[in-house]
Amino acid sequence: MSKSAEIKVENLTVAYGDFVLMKDVNFTINKGDIFIIMGASGSGKSTLLRVLTGLKEPTKGVVYIGDVDFWKSDKNVQNKIMRKNGILYQSGALFSSMTLAENVAMPLQQYTNYSDDEIGEIVSLKLALVGLAGFEDFYPSEISGGMKKRAGLARALALDPKIVYFDEPSAGLDPVSAKLLDDLIIEINKSLGTTIVVVTHELASIFAIGTNSIFLDNETRTITAKGNPKELLSSPPNNTVLRFLTRGIKGNEEAAK
Amino acid sequence: MSPELDYNWISGDTLEIKISGDYVSFDKKAQKDDLYKQIRHKTLKNIKFDTRNLGRWDTVLVVLLYDIVKTAKNKSINVDTSNLQESLKRLLNLAFSVPEHKTANRKNKTDILICVGEKTINIFNSFMSGIDFVSSSFKSIGRFIVSSATMRKIDFLFALEDCGYKAFPIVTLISFMVGLILGFVGAMQLKIFGAQIFVASLVAIAMLRVMGAMMTGIIMAGRTGSAYAATIGTMQVNEEIDAMRTMGIPVVDFLLLPRVMALMLMMPLLTVFSDIVGILGGGMVGVLMLDLPLQEYWNATIDAMRMKDFLIGVFHGFVFGCIIALCGCYYGIKSGKDADSVGKATTNAVVYSIVWIIIATAVITVFCQVFGI
Repeated sequence: MSKSAEIKVENLTVAYGDFVLMKDVNFTINKGDIFIIMGASGSGKSTLLRVLTGLKEPTKGVVYIGDVDFWKSDKNVQNKIMRKNGILYQSGALFSSMTLAENVAMPLQQYTNYSDDEIGEIVSLKLALVGLAGFEDFYPSEISGGMKKRAGLARALALDPKIVYFDEPSAGLDPVSAKLLDDLIIEINKSLGTTIVVVTHELASIFAIGTNSIFLDNETRTITAKGNPKELLSSPPNNTVLRFLTRGIKGNEEAAK
Repeated sequence: MSPELDYNWISGDTLEIKISGDYVSFDKKAQKDDLYKQIRHKTLKNIKFDTRNLGRWDTVLVVLLYDIVKTAKNKSINVDTSNLQESLKRLLNLAFSVPEHKTANRKNKTDILICVGEKTINIFNSFMSGIDFVSSSFKSIGRFIVSSATMRKIDFLFALEDCGYKAFPIVTLISFMVGLILGFVGAMQLKIFGAQIFVASLVAIAMLRVMGAMMTGIIMAGRTGSAYAATIGTMQVNEEIDAMRTMGIPVVDFLLLPRVMALMLMMPLLTVFSDIVGILGGGMVGVLMLDLPLQEYWNATIDAMRMKDFLIGVFHGFVFGCIIALCGCYYGIKSGKDADSVGKATTNAVVYSIVWIIIATAVITVFCQVFGI
């Protein structure tokens, strides 16, 4: 694996029983990338994210995180790797019985020896970084969807992760909130040098933040395009990608043939 | 204008289908069957439509046309839709715009051997997953005892509150009623023999040894076990459990420990409380219905109470606490990610808690019998 590679996926196949969701998936995510996993609904984007984050074991293939073959390593090693990752789920996945501060403090209490005061300071900083200063004592049910996502991001950033995964970050957000979240993702990437992996089909986000990407095709069940999303738009490798990146405005003629 | 469905062979290989009138809620099955018989004719190569006299129509006509076109396509028959109304053509084009996904068709497994085999494998897998869960739960409790597993104190206190004093009113009501029923049923028989005083012994022994714990267990299964399953199931829906796993937080320690510990602690106490209230219920029957003097009833109750019965009852409570917490948490964690799954998880938690409570009672009773306890 090259020195700049953060994640490398080789010959990945994921199946649910007899149904093969994806096959022969190969790609590399480099350090500092904002890497977009895109594709139509049902193409397996979220499942691929579950494979990368240790929630779904692949049927075949290898996932290297750093130099470690993740799925071949033992549970303790997997746990160690996962601690270096942060994940923001579609809903924010905040623990509903805890305040925002308790949510962000949770990984810190679990894995560090900081005192309660130090944890409190870190929590305040992380919440401030995502624009939620002063919301420490709010419960998830008391804040909006966009704020939940930002709070989830603060929790994902709690342990200064090397990689942060985002599952459909703009889903359910108004355009302004979605733009703010996109800006935040770019800011985190630039200021902390964090590698970002985003699963999305929101074109505005894809073009705004993506530095590299893969396209999962619904029909062939594998990757049919790789590269910078803007470059893929200017020279699409196939019609499906062109239709996807232009919301079906271009590429329909060839598809009809 | 009444709807009409007719056909006409305009040559040996071309069929014209005539649709006229107001084609609304058309249900003349015989005419349709006759038409499909023509479509299956071996010589048929082309289908045309004549809708010049078509009036109003609804989705039934679209369904008919869709079926005809689909059947014709499967038999490689040409369908000329040019004579159809524009809106009908557009609807048909829309329906056929995305080809049917062959992989989306579920296999129709009618083979009984396959069904039995799959069911057997599922039952075995569920059993193994249950064993795995119980063993990881006890390992977690073990780790907690040697201080390597942590749980949030606040979660434990909330769980204690929920399965503790908040359960008092319902446990009081049910236990009092059970004591009352036991006393009443006993009194009816014992009165015949003039042995009313033995109602006190009957109620005391029954409540202490098993009924107090069992009734409390059943109440707590419905009240607390179901709440555990619903809470954890909803966390599953909200991806909270996925978030925990990806943060490397041990889900069993975090979710199960406070709940199991709270129920293991509170169930014996609730059992003792239930025993007392049940005996009071029986006492009410003895004193008010059988006219037994209060002092005499009290003395008979004290005479009947033995420490071993009391301890067996408390042990029942402890075991039932474990069962309820484990069933509630297990079905919650195993819940799917939709509302229906959470409902099923809650039902399963209650049903299996009660089933296992009855099995455990039977096992403990036989064990006590064999060892003369």
